[in-house]
Amino acid sequence: MHPAISISGVSKTYASGFSALKHIDLDIRHGEIFALLGPNGAGKTTLISIVCGIVNRSSGTVSVNGNDIDRDYRMARSLIGLVPQELTVESFETVRSALTFSRGLFGKPANPALIEKILKDLSLWDKRDAKIITLSGGMKRRVMIGKALAHEPEILFLDEPSAGVDVELRQDMWAMVRRLRESGVTIILTTHYIEEAEEMADRVGVINRGEIVLVENKEELMRKLGRKQLRLELRQPLDAVPQALAGYGLELSADGGLLTYTYDNQSERPGVASLLRDLATEGIAFRDLDTLNSSLEEIFVNLVRKAS
Amino acid sequence: MNRHAIWAIYRVEMARTLRTLLQSVVSPVISTSLYFVVFGAAIGSRIDQIDGVSYGAFIVPGLIMLSLLTQSISNASFGIYFPKFVGTIYELLSAPVSYLEIVIAYVGAAATKSTAIGLIILATSSLFVPLHIEHPFWMLAFLILTAVTFSLFGFIIGIWAGTFEQLQLVPLLIVTPLTFLGGSFYSIDMLPGIWRTITLFNPVVYLVSGFRWAFFGKADVSLGLSLGMTLAFLFACVAVIAWIFRTGYRLRT
Repeated sequence: MHPAISISGVSKTYASGFSALKHIDLDIRHGEIFALLGPNGAGKTTLISIVCGIVNRSSGTVSVNGNDIDRDYRMARSLIGLVPQELTVESFETVRSALTFSRGLFGKPANPALIEKILKDLSLWDKRDAKIITLSGGMKRRVMIGKALAHEPEILFLDEPSAGVDVELRQDMWAMVRRLRESGVTIILTTHYIEEAEEMADRVGVINRGEIVLVENKEELMRKLGRKQLRLELRQPLDAVPQALAGYGLELSADGGLLTYTYDNQSERPGVASLLRDLATEGIAFRDLDTLNSSLEEIFVNLVRKAS
Repeated sequence: MNRHAIWAIYRVEMARTLRTLLQSVVSPVISTSLYFVVFGAAIGSRIDQIDGVSYGAFIVPGLIMLSLLTQSISNASFGIYFPKFVGTIYELLSAPVSYLEIVIAYVGAAATKSTAIGLIILATSSLFVPLHIEHPFWMLAFLILTAVTFSLFGFIIGIWAGTFEQLQLVPLLIVTPLTFLGGSFYSIDMLPGIWRTITLFNPVVYLVSGFRWAFFGKADVSLGLSLGMTLAFLFACVAVIAWIFRTGYRLRT
């Protein structure tokens, strides 16, 4: 089976010479929620725009469920729904006609019952005959989501979905995203909020300066997130970790002066006390100690910093 | 063929016309009536018949052409410029629609609207002057052909324009002068020698001449030449649009 989206060797250099994407390889699996995480200007929107056919790529190939986005653009595009970051709406249309238009544009015959269902799911049914210009910002965002869903896409892109969105709408939106996932829709969201990725995603990809720095299951990242490190600066460098301390999985620095113990601070017995006791028994003295949290935030910041 | 998409775009464009009925339909009718009062009644009463046609009747085809050209251009250019301006173009670019379908929908809607306005002006004119149309079929054919051709031209302007000012620039600075100087209100035979030759470089002359022939059976240039020039401009526009979509000019970065 083809991946939902397969991106291979995609680069984008704008006419100004700015290199927005550098040889991106990324596969999105069917039915997953994938969070593309990165600072502003990292290339998230450019990548999405290329997959959706809004921006021309400089090189590389993209296929959607096995359909090349150039050769089989009709099939590829009809599978995708896009909610862009900017609030762009047809101000003078009514809510319902905007959704009906989107459905038609994507080649689907009219289906008033489905449009009604989408509008009700998005709490827009009361506003169905209102002109979009009269709606609040949050409501307009809902209209854009409705437009993206009107042709029943198999893949949904949410570009910075929580930008400028209040708590209530955010919660509604996440509930809806989960419902869509349950019905088999693949969801790709971009965000620069780490909590959002943590809350929603099955997998997380980190992008920085046009490069994918990391792609990992969220569980894996969370495992790292739940960890703490104890670092001990030794008085006397060690050649190797003594046999008696082998059970702790200690890491010794190259110069032998720094001993690092990684432990799960959520557990009942993190083992810090016993380690210190065992060190004393072995006669290993330390000058100083400190502890570190390895949060996703920190991992992210490190990755981004290293790449730059 | 994604006919649902063509229909969706066409319907939205036509709905916009109905929503702005006053501006879209009523204002060209009023301005045409004013032309009639000024050129037809005030000035026309001092001008003899041209080719056996009263001056009031003589200017009808030119007046219709004048509105047809400006309306086709403004409708089509605005139709594609506006989504570009507000950003909703993203949806069109990400939709499974071919270039041909986009052009059929936008240009079709603009041409429908301007053809309707042309017919409304024709009906308005018949209130001022007695009209007899010699070749109704050719009259309609020229009307539609011109509407389509200049809607294509307007579509190009709409894609090219980066600001509202640029959107108005071509119609204002090129199309309107060409139309006024293209024999809308006079026969080019009335011009002195050198000006007559210069006028032949004005493409609007051929449109007005052919259209007038359909009304009165008389023309400044031959019917074949009129038709040929109109078709040539149509294909030139099609070629430019094909290039625009192939390269993504002003649409895809």
